[in-house]
Amino acid sequence: MSDRTETYAKVTELIAPFNKKGVAITEATRFAQDLEWDSLTVLDFVANIEDEFDVLIPMNLQAEIETVGQLVDALQRLIAQRG
Amino acid sequence: MADLFSKFDALIEQRETLLETGLTDPFNLVMESVESPTVAICNGKRTILLGTYNYMGMTFDPDVIAAGKQALDDFGSGTTGSRVLNGTYVGHRAVEQALRDFYAMDHAMVFSTGYQANLGVISTLAGKEDYIVLDIDSHASIYDGCALGNAQIVPFRHNDIEALEKRLKRIPEGAGKLVVLEGVYSMMGDVAPLKEMVAVSKANGAMVLVDEAHSMGFIGDHGRGVSEAQGVIDDVDFIIGTFSKSVGTVGGFCVSNHPKFEILRLVCRPYVFTASLPPSVVATAATSIRKLMDSAGKREHLWENSKRLHAGLRQLGFTLGTEAPQSAIIAVMMPDLETGAAMWEALLNEGLYVNLARPPATPAGMTLLRCSLCALHTEDQVGEILGMFAAAGRATGCID
Repeated sequence: MSDRTETYAKVTELIAPFNKKGVAITEATRFAQDLEWDSLTVLDFVANIEDEFDVLIPMNLQAEIETVGQLVDALQRLIAQRG
Repeated sequence: MADLFSKFDALIEQRETLLETGLTDPFNLVMESVESPTVAICNGKRTILLGTYNYMGMTFDPDVIAAGKQALDDFGSGTTGSRVLNGTYVGHRAVEQALRDFYAMDHAMVFSTGYQANLGVISTLAGKEDYIVLDIDSHASIYDGCALGNAQIVPFRHNDIEALEKRLKRIPEGAGKLVVLEGVYSMMGDVAPLKEMVAVSKANGAMVLVDEAHSMGFIGDHGRGVSEAQGVIDDVDFIIGTFSKSVGTVGGFCVSNHPKFEILRLVCRPYVFTASLPPSVVATAATSIRKLMDSAGKREHLWENSKRLHAGLRQLGFTLGTEAPQSAIIAVMMPDLETGAAMWEALLNEGLYVNLARPPATPAGMTLLRCSLCALHTEDQVGEILGMFAAAGRATGCID
């Protein structure tokens, strides 16, 4: 469980530089609707996440991720797969 | 009933706001007549063309035009058929032979547009278990090729060799890998570090596809593109190109040395399920490609034009997309869409056409005035162009 908390903390840290409107981040925060990110912002953010966690989040997987919580869950899975 | 068009409301409103100011619509220009590769009549006014991608000025070449007319007489106005049914004439074979000769490669496959070449080759090559690793700033046709297929799509930061390498190393062992790069990126006119990127891709077991749409005929000793200029063309598995830029007509192609390449003709849907190019188009393309093989003088003059325009615009105080000219494209950065549109109109009023480029075509939400030079722009025309930029820039407050 502490692993997930750590991942969540890191994700919110990486969201910060792109959180232009200073939206309060929760598990339920949606990238498109709440943070109002366009596709280019998403690409930039995903590149940072990939490098931080040393994983790949292909665009097909990105399309299934709407909220911060879903991203953290996906990262937990990817980290586990990586071993 | 939900109106399916309501998703476009924001764009409709943005356009209306912009046009209400009395501005000419930058995306609705009509060329009333075309005098040459560098001059057309727009709104009754003689206009220098600086946004056509007609890099080598082949559109009015007498041999090219004669070949097209002859093919119209001999073969009619169209094939009305797919390449795999009734749509392959001797002209289609001849233009593929011209491409094989031009690139010194074993195979060439011609599509009806450059867009379809990327769409078809990318979507067909990479299947469900495969990975496509591509530059974030890739052309829409590359992204659409990815969207049409079932592969895992992994973009990396523009021209970042380390970012590419890291992603290749993270791909699960045994998965097929296709790296997609461009020689010249058409928005900023910058060139990719293909030497390093192709080496990194090969070291990690990936096949490499390079879109050389904006470099053919102009960059490299034989005009084969950036991969030739950087000495890695032999390690590139697939080159995608177009007839709608240096070649001066319309159509797209893929060339390759892969021994099994020809099977693509049967499995590539954007190749199979569309009509082939008209006989006149393939005849003009073949003639133009053969003439481009022997155009060293024109290439040199195009470089001169590019260097002179780049230096001149810089001197006037414009901010450009690249520090030094890297191709025949020079991107002038605009602070926002309104200023960009005003500057575009001021240039048109001066008698100069450039491309107004804005998101989503541009990276990072930028508005650009994109200039593409032609080998047939004269020294005098480049001087005239700089004078027009000076006047329009001052009138709109873009420069002091």
